[in-house]
Amino acid sequence: MNLWLVMPLLIPLLTAILALLAYRSIEAQRWLNVCGAAALLATTLGLFMNVWYEGIQSAQIGNWPTPYGITLVADLFSAIMVMLTGVIGFAVALYSLASLDTARERFGYHPLYHFLLMGVCGAFLTGDLFNLYVWFEVMLTASFVLLALGGERGQMEGAIKYVALNLVSTVIFLTALGLLYGLAGTLNMADLAQKLAAVDDPPMRGVVTTLAMLFLIAFGIKAAVFPLFFWLPASYHTPPVAITAVFSGLLTKVGAYALIRLFTLIFVQDVGYTHSLILLLAGLTMVTGVLGAVAQYEFRRLLSFHIVSQIGYLLMGLGLYSPLALAGAVFFTFHVSVAKTALFLVSGVAERLAGTFDLKKLGGLYRSQPGLALLFLLPALSLAGLPPLSGFFAKLSLVQAGLALEQYAIVAVALGVSVLTLFSMMKIWTEAFWKPPPLPPPDLGPGSTVFRQGELGVWLLPIGFLVAVTVALGLGAGPLFALAMRAGEELMDPTGYIQAVLGEAG
Amino acid sequence: MEFPLAVVIGALYAAGVYMMLRRTLVKLLIGLVLLSNAANLLIFTGAGLTRGRSPVIPAVASAVTPPVADPLPQALILTAIVIGFAVTAFALVLGYRVYKTLGMVDLDELQENGAHDDSAPKPEAQAAAVTSRGQP
Repeated sequence: MNLWLVMPLLIPLLTAILALLAYRSIEAQRWLNVCGAAALLATTLGLFMNVWYEGIQSAQIGNWPTPYGITLVADLFSAIMVMLTGVIGFAVALYSLASLDTARERFGYHPLYHFLLMGVCGAFLTGDLFNLYVWFEVMLTASFVLLALGGERGQMEGAIKYVALNLVSTVIFLTALGLLYGLAGTLNMADLAQKLAAVDDPPMRGVVTTLAMLFLIAFGIKAAVFPLFFWLPASYHTPPVAITAVFSGLLTKVGAYALIRLFTLIFVQDVGYTHSLILLLAGLTMVTGVLGAVAQYEFRRLLSFHIVSQIGYLLMGLGLYSPLALAGAVFFTFHVSVAKTALFLVSGVAERLAGTFDLKKLGGLYRSQPGLALLFLLPALSLAGLPPLSGFFAKLSLVQAGLALEQYAIVAVALGVSVLTLFSMMKIWTEAFWKPPPLPPPDLGPGSTVFRQGELGVWLLPIGFLVAVTVALGLGAGPLFALAMRAGEELMDPTGYIQAVLGEAG
Repeated sequence: MEFPLAVVIGALYAAGVYMMLRRTLVKLLIGLVLLSNAANLLIFTGAGLTRGRSPVIPAVASAVTPPVADPLPQALILTAIVIGFAVTAFALVLGYRVYKTLGMVDLDELQENGAHDDSAPKPEAQAAAVTSRGQP
């Protein structure tokens, strides 16, 4: 058994348990959180190198033969996503040290954070659909508590919407699982891919497509796809920034990951129908998300709407369904998670400095914090897709793939949405950073918004780390894109994946 | 046996969705419980029902003699029930907290998104709100 596959699950679990044991000592929990996140980052890098050099890795838990046992499998796409979890997890763990209030820390923020990371890693690594459901639940339950932790009014309202809609999505997922098991008699993804490919009876193929739609709805809710995204802008801005940031970086991406995995591996019988529908949804998701953002004047809500918009680009890669498009989607996922998390973290610093998230009340941050302004500008421009930053290359490949397949409508939409994204990033820039501080100047409450000596560094360090990753993604786009291309080709041709799981018999 | 169960499952889904569409928070939660039970029954029924044939290999044989009941869906449901139980418990507590914090159970009275941003409590008030949750 390959230990690299299990470590990204064991390390967060161990960290969370140790943090629970140290429940009374916040200091110990903080150390555990950061050390655990650093160890997770290191192992995810190790897993990635392992998959890169030695191809797709798989492990049978409990040594049950496939397809009867639970399979863990990491192809390049999974490994990249797990690595992304490591990067975001580490940055946000560091950020939460300074930014989170002691009350939340005392009530279990640190262990919950690592349970969340474990759920995310598990969802990326599992090769079994029912196991995916279990990891989703681990992740969701942790996120429910993190979202509601603190019990403020806004949080309660956000939490009830978030919990209700996510539970509905879970039930739909479970329903689809039950029907799929009744149809195919297996839930191992690789085995399913083979069994469903062998279905050639037209009515049964119709049933398979129906099931594909059920899965599309279930994961569409989790990934915040049009028209199922309403829970996201209604809830993501309510918890503290550190929690919002990790949600924005990872949770919707798990839904998008599941969609990409399912619709490249299992549900590829009727590409003309399913993937065209996905492409249509992609366009609508982009447009509605960005238009929602344009109307917003609250820092975090604006960014939340952009999460929705960018999920559209990921789906565009899936809907186009060519190696280049999928490579673009993989590259885009990594880029957008890092950039978006960095932007959320910046919004937290801005709030701390000025005491508000309202863009109309913010101002003058460029004058008072030029370093912070730079840390905002780089990921913001990257998100809009300006060269030579990472977003440019991600969008370029998606657009190229669209042009190659003559899907001009979606290309036009993607480019138009980019302009609107740039517009709304510039709105934040002019409102929060560029314009003079509004009168009267923001009230610096008694000691509440002033940074202690050296504290600002702890806030800015993780942002700097993420921005450095964004810049590196842009500057090293050539080799990194070759890597994404390999992941895209693996996704388009799942024989390697199936063989890695089912072995010689497959 | 499949047909009556199918009717029961359909009725449970319908009732669950109907309850979720009501305005009351409590009915929303009841709807969630009904839906998750319906899904469990669906897995059970969808895999096919075989009565009285446990999938145990006899001592003298090397394989089971079909027809036997499929043990996997039962294992799946067991997992799903446990998870559903935990999630329901959490949802109930959350519902109670929502009622205590917002003072209402009517979902239509939930504020439009972000309406509270201006009246957001100060950090001190937040800390007090968190501490007031009492010892775990």
